[in-house]
Amino acid sequence: MKRDVTSLQSETKLIFEHSHEGRTGFQAPPTPDSLPAFELPAELQRKNAPRLPEVAESTAVRHYVNLSTRNHHIDRDFYPLGSCTMKYNPKINDEVAALPGFAGLSPWQPASTVQGALELLGELSDALLEVTGMDNITLQPAAGAQGEFTALLMFRAYHMKKGNVRKRIVIPDSAHGTNPASIVLAGYGVTQLPSDSNGLMDIEALKRTLDEDVAGLMITNPNTIGLFESNIAKIIDLVHDAGGLVYMDGANLNALLGISRPGDMGFDACHINLHKTFSTPHGGGGPGSGPVAIKEKLARHLPVPVLKKNGDLFVWDWNRPDSIGSVHTYYGNFGMHVRALAYIRSLGGNGLHAISENAIINANYLRKKLSPTYQIYIDKPCMHEAVFSGNNQKAKGVRTTDIAKRLLDYGIHPPTVYFPLIVPECLMIEPTESETKETLDEFIEVMQQIDREATETPDLLKHAPYTTPVRRLDEAGAARNLNIRYFDNANA
Amino acid sequence: MNIPAGYLYTKEHEWVKIEGDLALVGITDFAQGELGDVVFVQLPDVGSKAKQGDSFGTIEAVKAVADIYSPLSGDVVEVNPELAGTPEIMNREPYTSGWIVKIRPSNFDTEKTHLLTPEAYKDLTSA
Repeated sequence: MKRDVTSLQSETKLIFEHSHEGRTGFQAPPTPDSLPAFELPAELQRKNAPRLPEVAESTAVRHYVNLSTRNHHIDRDFYPLGSCTMKYNPKINDEVAALPGFAGLSPWQPASTVQGALELLGELSDALLEVTGMDNITLQPAAGAQGEFTALLMFRAYHMKKGNVRKRIVIPDSAHGTNPASIVLAGYGVTQLPSDSNGLMDIEALKRTLDEDVAGLMITNPNTIGLFESNIAKIIDLVHDAGGLVYMDGANLNALLGISRPGDMGFDACHINLHKTFSTPHGGGGPGSGPVAIKEKLARHLPVPVLKKNGDLFVWDWNRPDSIGSVHTYYGNFGMHVRALAYIRSLGGNGLHAISENAIINANYLRKKLSPTYQIYIDKPCMHEAVFSGNNQKAKGVRTTDIAKRLLDYGIHPPTVYFPLIVPECLMIEPTESETKETLDEFIEVMQQIDREATETPDLLKHAPYTTPVRRLDEAGAARNLNIRYFDNANA
Repeated sequence: MNIPAGYLYTKEHEWVKIEGDLALVGITDFAQGELGDVVFVQLPDVGSKAKQGDSFGTIEAVKAVADIYSPLSGDVVEVNPELAGTPEIMNREPYTSGWIVKIRPSNFDTEKTHLLTPEAYKDLTSA
């Protein structure tokens, strides 16, 4: 086989292209004679053998190890993905989750045989309630968006019980895209309000829209511009006075730990992204977990089953006639609950407080250092993320997407771009607490260098990246002519 | 940026061109530049009613998904059949082959006062 000097970097085959008929990486043991014969009913038998790749174990291992080296991930380099808190995942979380007593459990085991696991769920619930200042919680939802949906179904059940289900939910124009999607799925209409000139919720616009059709308000705090909604108490009072409920999208909770609590601000419900704030794996490394914490008035509508204590025993309570039902199989993604509690217990209360403090300090360091070069969207102290507009570079003919692609050449994952939608050529940078000053300084230098390149060699940026396993992708072509199947037909 | 004469514009970056008793509608060069490459256009049904200022379709582009707001009220009499297969014509020729719908306006004389002249639209987009 021909091999060139770059072949270690150039694994471009699919696993199917390594396949040779009859080759295996596994030998099944012979079937014991004592095993009784069993024939599946004809309708359950497949007509053709599955088209699985036939490769040696070493080929399979090398293939996937090679692919893994082409990924960008937070264990490899900086990953300042704003609004998502892509923070470092401490390895002790995985060690604890891999303990056989946790990893080997079956969700079908009777509660009496898994008291330790249930105690862990109880302890995590208590910790999250202390962090959020809420009264009760469900750990079931698998992600933030499902948490939103779960809470909105509880809002709906609450209003239904009061005799008027109401018609719409209000969001600001800086909302995460999942908010309007969750609202529509929960059967409500969306009313979107423009932000004011400070990037905050416009109280007068809110007053004008509030009436008895409004079931509630969803708001992210700090918001997606990275700013604390300084009028939050007033906002929540207005919605409550109109008979509505208020939901906090908890995506940005990383800025609040041990500093302020949604429950104290007056929120009725919020979700907590364990895969953001509490350092469980994120994105392709998931699954996620989006517990929903609520005030007592919504407790009767919590998803079933609800964990409770009978004397010394933890039990599952299914007898809850006003529940919205289950939103996940079993009790949610248990492995993530283990990791999140490991994180909370290894840091303690003071440690969690220090996390938010450092996340805020790091974001403001970047904001100050980069604002002479990149236009800051709202020029005042930010929380955990600093939001810039690429307008200065656009004037040189370079768009934010070009800046993002060029960052890849420097080994840095781009921040969130083009969100929030209200910021032109947006760059939303969230360094998190996990990064050292040296890493932040390197990032600042790279961003300044890219700005110089925008002035001197703009064409260089327009065709970046150059050093990645694949060059700039045809995003429009990928969306228009999507084809992700290796075989021509799925009939196998 | 291209803002041709003979067209009227909206603050939401649509254009209107009157041809006989019909109004041709599309999005402006500025709009296609902000959206990036268009990958999909959801069009209204022929025969449906459009209302000035209301959304009658959506544009999905690589950077964002945006509503298309009708610049005029009236009946939708034709939609651009080319957009289903080649939505990129909205990027290449936003004012000609990239048109979106033809509307038979029902209240043009009143509603045109809400539309912008090329000069006014230029002021809006360069602000």
